[in-house]
Amino acid sequence: MSWNLSAHGSPLPTLNRTVLGKVTSTCREAPFRKDHVLLARSLESLAQIQGYAGVLTAQALPPDATLSTDTPVVHSVSSLDHLDDGDVVALSPNGYVRTLYRLRSPHNSLFTTDRCNSFCLMCSQPPKPVDDRHRIAEHLRLVELIDPSTPELGITGGEPTLLKDDLLILVERCRDLLPETALHVLSNGRLFYYGPFARRLAGIGHLDLMIGVPLYSDVDSEHDYVVQSAGAFDQTLIGLQNLGRYGVPVEIRIVIHRLTYARLPQLAEFIYRNLPFASHVAFMGLEVMGFAIPNLADLWIDPVEYGRELVTSVNFLAQRGLRVSIYNHQLCVVPREAWGYCRRSISDWKNDYLPVCEACAVRNHCGGFFSSSLRRGYSSHIRPISAAP
Amino acid sequence: MAPLSAFQPRERYRPPDAGYRLLPFRFMRWTAEELLLVNDVGEFLFLEDGCFRDLTAHRLPPHDPKYLDLKSKHFLADGTSNVPIELLATKYRTKKSFLDGFTKLHMFVVTLRCDHSCHYCQVSRVSTNRTRYDMSAETARRAVDLMFQSPSPALKVELQGGEPLLNFDVIRSIVEYAKEKNQREGRDLEFVVTTNLVPLTDGILAFLKEHSVLVSTSLDGPDFIHNANRARKGNDSHEITIRNLERVRQVLGHDRVSAIMTTTKASLAHPREIVDEYVRQGFQAIFLRSISPYGFATRTGEAARYEMTEFLSFYKVALDRVIEINRSGLDFTEVFAQILLRKMLTPFPTGYVDLQSPTGAGLGAVAYNYNGEVYASDEARMLSEMGDESFRLGNVHTDGHAEIFGGETLLSLVEASILETLPGCTDCAFLPYCGADPIFHHRTQNDVMGHRPTSAFCLKNMSILRHLFDLLRGEDPFVRSLFTRWATGVRLDRHVEAVA
Repeated sequence: MSWNLSAHGSPLPTLNRTVLGKVTSTCREAPFRKDHVLLARSLESLAQIQGYAGVLTAQALPPDATLSTDTPVVHSVSSLDHLDDGDVVALSPNGYVRTLYRLRSPHNSLFTTDRCNSFCLMCSQPPKPVDDRHRIAEHLRLVELIDPSTPELGITGGEPTLLKDDLLILVERCRDLLPETALHVLSNGRLFYYGPFARRLAGIGHLDLMIGVPLYSDVDSEHDYVVQSAGAFDQTLIGLQNLGRYGVPVEIRIVIHRLTYARLPQLAEFIYRNLPFASHVAFMGLEVMGFAIPNLADLWIDPVEYGRELVTSVNFLAQRGLRVSIYNHQLCVVPREAWGYCRRSISDWKNDYLPVCEACAVRNHCGGFFSSSLRRGYSSHIRPISAAP
Repeated sequence: MAPLSAFQPRERYRPPDAGYRLLPFRFMRWTAEELLLVNDVGEFLFLEDGCFRDLTAHRLPPHDPKYLDLKSKHFLADGTSNVPIELLATKYRTKKSFLDGFTKLHMFVVTLRCDHSCHYCQVSRVSTNRTRYDMSAETARRAVDLMFQSPSPALKVELQGGEPLLNFDVIRSIVEYAKEKNQREGRDLEFVVTTNLVPLTDGILAFLKEHSVLVSTSLDGPDFIHNANRARKGNDSHEITIRNLERVRQVLGHDRVSAIMTTTKASLAHPREIVDEYVRQGFQAIFLRSISPYGFATRTGEAARYEMTEFLSFYKVALDRVIEINRSGLDFTEVFAQILLRKMLTPFPTGYVDLQSPTGAGLGAVAYNYNGEVYASDEARMLSEMGDESFRLGNVHTDGHAEIFGGETLLSLVEASILETLPGCTDCAFLPYCGADPIFHHRTQNDVMGHRPTSAFCLKNMSILRHLFDLLRGEDPFVRSLFTRWATGVRLDRHVEAVA
């Protein structure tokens, strides 16, 4: 199953800038309205909307409608079914309603920037060289609106460290407003090569912060080729060591494809010898999105072909006390002895299964597929498992 | 979508044609076809002759998988990056971090008196004269004061003798005074008493429990070996040890007591029986220790003396037996192999003071004798009982911390214990796994640096390291998995380990 996470409607002129608010389907007392976006079921209820951050309605207003309020309104919205109370939406002057946060999802992220200083061959979110530094204001506002009971929040991109000081401000804001929320930053780690930046991040004193950093090889030339940046390997390694030195927990993320699978065991040993402080090592299947599509001929390898390398590497690290996970893999293509490390990791809104999976006895334990992979490429060895072991 | 041409070809990221440079490593011939290479932080690999020649002649091609392996393990570097050196430096600091904090282990010889007269025992006296061989309360107090001058955040107090429980009043005052001082100091303070368990009373047990004191006892094997080694009136040392072992376990907890064994000539023919005795008595580990050339061990000598080659044969059979026991499903560790494997297979240091460079004597451990004399190690203290005061660092009554730990005696000792500078060690591939024992070499070869080709210490470590490497590279996946578990201390589910 996958969801549509945006909707479109007709804005009234009162929507003259992007506004963010928490979705509410019930009316709020005046003092609590400024953080909320009201889902109005009927036109009649539009009489009482003074003070809300915004209002959404599926109903159509006549073209000449004017309201006795300056509250931003989007009407004739295509669909509101995907919105729940507590979700956070952004209403843009062009009538787009983006969902920035979903209360019931375990996979919420702040998408901080489109920019990146790497250019990975399999990047699922290809970077764009745009100046989007203004987005920090929206992120800081979003952190104010997110429910403090949220267990985990991602910070992703692009490359979030390109925000530099703004990233530190964002982490600080999360520390203050979301003290119970684990913060998981996806970064290539290259800017932590600069020790003071790592030290300042550590100095914020966020109590549940993890930096997830990709590492694709144990030798520089291979890693630099995959990320298409000479010198990236060196920067990332020193960056990881700086984070370790200042006590910021790090996760190593390895995407497995034709260019990385052969030296996985050597990479595992390299991690143990050089980065033994890593809190977690994740072995991840290829997501056939973004740059992976044009480069698929170079990247694609059927997961059943690298089962031996995967099991060797996972066992090597687990035997040495590192926490290990396998992400984005279907159980039927992973050797059974490594099933214990497989996690259901694909974000719910892009997770899917095949018809053949219906008959599988372990479907409920299986991570399934990226919806995108089902369209563009997956193992030719997908089959139902007849009985749980 | 970016056009394909946006991506650069692999060649763009290949190392420059300028060749490579070798990073520091040592090597030794392993077989007729193979060499072992070990770098300064203990990472190793085996290379065939031809490949090794290519490597050293700078003609190994960059696409050769061995080239990448050597680069990955920091045996060679190409390009101009200094990152390999930085990573090596971090790993080296980690391996040497046993030096952090200075002296951690403080041995208090609270009495020389003992009811046993073991063949190998260094210095104990069967005597009833309390004042002659007991540590006084005042000496104990000064030793504790001195211990707290160590900057180490962790302090381990080892109460030993003789039979330390024969001077229990002073044990009590050491423990209570150290804990009182620690209210202000806030160190990670730990106590262990090394005892034959004979003088054990319910009152002593209650005290050990109240203050969380660990117990270390001696068990040399089944009764016929133990009683022969550990002579006592009545010839009942084994029986008493086992009986009181159970009392200690009941009161303090099963894992609060461990045992050490010493291999004598009488032990050599019975490696399996000795290991089995440890299993039978419910221990999870055995430390197969060779005899040391101090005290009675050399004076009464002949009963206990044997060649190191004899010990090595004994050790290998005993280790095989330990492996067999694990294969049958019981967790049981040989501690000396565990220490070496941790050095070989992990990026971490060990706290074992007898195998370090520079030496653990004085830097990692110190011994306070009953009379207040301070020695660089327990062995140095034993030498003094033989009339050799070479490694006396000072006295708790007359000298301060700076004089004892910064004096010429300890500095000379440390200087003679840096493997990187010792003849025969500087070029040895096993250097990162080994340590220096200047006091042993002073005793056996009359030279703190020692002569490696005739050193029993060298022979022992070289042989056991080689044996462990052979087992690791052997056909048996169970042994690899077991050795990894010993090295890392990580226990996985059996079904996971079975396939590793």
